[in-house]
Amino acid sequence: MKSDLIEIRWHGRGGQGAITAAKIVAKATFSTGFPGVVMVPTFGTERRGAPVFTSLKLSKKRIYDLSPTQYPDIIIVLDHLLLEESAITAGLKPDGLIIVNTPRHVDAYRHNGARIAVADVTDLAMKAGLPQGVVNSGIIGSFARATELTDMDTLLKAIEEEFRGRRPRENARSAMLAYENTVIGGS
Amino acid sequence: MQIIESGNVAAALGVKLSRAQVVAAYPITPQTPLTEKLSEFIEAEDMEAQYIPVESEHSALAVCIAASSAGARSFTATSANGLLYMHEQIHWAAGARLPIVMCVVNRGVGAPWTVWNDHQDSMSQRDTGWIQMYANDHQQIIDSVIKAFCLAEEVMVPVMVCYDGYLLSHTYMPFDVPETAVVDRFLPPYKPPYALDPHTPANLNTVTLPDVRSDIHGNQAHGYMEIRHFLQEDMRSSTQALARVETRFKEIFGRGGNPFIESYRCDDAEFIAVGIGSLSYHLRDVADSLRDEGIRAGVLSVNLYRPFPAAIIAKTLRGCRGVAVFEKALSYGYQGPLCADIKSALYQGIDGSGRRPFVLNYILGLGGREITTRDLHDAFRQSCTEVQDNVDELRWIGLKL
Repeated sequence: MKSDLIEIRWHGRGGQGAITAAKIVAKATFSTGFPGVVMVPTFGTERRGAPVFTSLKLSKKRIYDLSPTQYPDIIIVLDHLLLEESAITAGLKPDGLIIVNTPRHVDAYRHNGARIAVADVTDLAMKAGLPQGVVNSGIIGSFARATELTDMDTLLKAIEEEFRGRRPRENARSAMLAYENTVIGGS
Repeated sequence: MQIIESGNVAAALGVKLSRAQVVAAYPITPQTPLTEKLSEFIEAEDMEAQYIPVESEHSALAVCIAASSAGARSFTATSANGLLYMHEQIHWAAGARLPIVMCVVNRGVGAPWTVWNDHQDSMSQRDTGWIQMYANDHQQIIDSVIKAFCLAEEVMVPVMVCYDGYLLSHTYMPFDVPETAVVDRFLPPYKPPYALDPHTPANLNTVTLPDVRSDIHGNQAHGYMEIRHFLQEDMRSSTQALARVETRFKEIFGRGGNPFIESYRCDDAEFIAVGIGSLSYHLRDVADSLRDEGIRAGVLSVNLYRPFPAAIIAKTLRGCRGVAVFEKALSYGYQGPLCADIKSALYQGIDGSGRRPFVLNYILGLGGREITTRDLHDAFRQSCTEVQDNVDELRWIGLKL
């Protein structure tokens, strides 16, 4: 309902760390020009592997509405198979953006004129030295590249801070590789 | 320092900064991360306190009652059925006049099971003699916890700091974490007027008779009814104590204001929505859009529910045409408890003025049913624009029959 609001919906699977990724982006964007930040996870009874989502809202002003995002500007997908499984792109604004972790080419995706950004974050994360399946740090690099909502330096610091004691450098490197390898198409 | 964290972490930081000495709690969703955080602080020796693990919520509060009786600053936290399992001890803590602080992370009550948010749990504890504060955001959570210890110890009445499960407990937003030294200035160590001491044993809260009687020194001692009368008197006057606490808090921390209610665009409002917790802030967006449509709408948040700030509520609502009370709790067989209290406040506060607004009662969000801005907007708009018949009939939002 408020036009000065950027709404980002993150879709992943239970255990993939979508909430952690959204939290890192919340911290970075807060410190670089969005004093109004809320990150609202939606909890069901899901277990590991089930589809989950969280809403990240960014604004220059204070945010009072903590309801889950219905009409996102940006959708971030940590596992491309979710696009086939459930209606995760529901409500995306006409000029919206979808960011997907996928091994497929950007041309394989089309969605009502939305911009599409892709990177094989799963593969890049392993190249960065992370165990297979850790994609939540990497996808942040794709977010930075496709949205330009905040700078990579701030994000990398926020990633290293969040993953202190849990391979901070590899996680940051994964985000950097994804930043460099994100391909934008669509519309 | 401004940080972005969850509401549960905000509460845990408030407890740590308040230097609680005893924490006893039993985990229950959505409270669990709060007590986990406290046990981490204590384990890491970031917080000098004893964490006493217990087998139930009833024991958690029993431990706090014992610790508080011995003069320790005590804290517990729970939700929903855990709170109800404490119920007997909740009455006891108030009757024993112990300044315990408890966070209630609001969740719907079973049966059937739900882990999601509404206000039925703490609302059902309204009449236990605890002060009840409700936080609308993370800043209010951390600040309220700190103020709650200060208030509880001044009036010797336990305090519940209530905040929405998930919507606040698991949501991340920015808030300021004050410096320890500054909190120390605001909240000195607890000096109990009386504390249990093994060297001078005593009986506490023994049997009272229906009438007063002489104590062992031959002086007339209060009976049950006098003791309960004092609880009521002290609860009523605790609003003044809270006002003093708030003034001092504002002097030291530079934020705060009205600890009883928050009014948003109410000054010239024709219609006022009333709510508790994060819902009352959500309603602000709705009031803004109604204002854009030319409807003079405002929002009143009730931050202190017991003691009920009836006079200030009546003063705020006086002169408006209609009031819509949005509630996540129900007194089954009647209406929402807040709505009944609002009407009672208006009956006294505006009696004879001929300017009593109509009051509508909306029930929504039970068991975490999603509350959309559109639904709130439609309901509030209808309250303002349509002629209201059957004002006493409950109106359900989001019900799918």
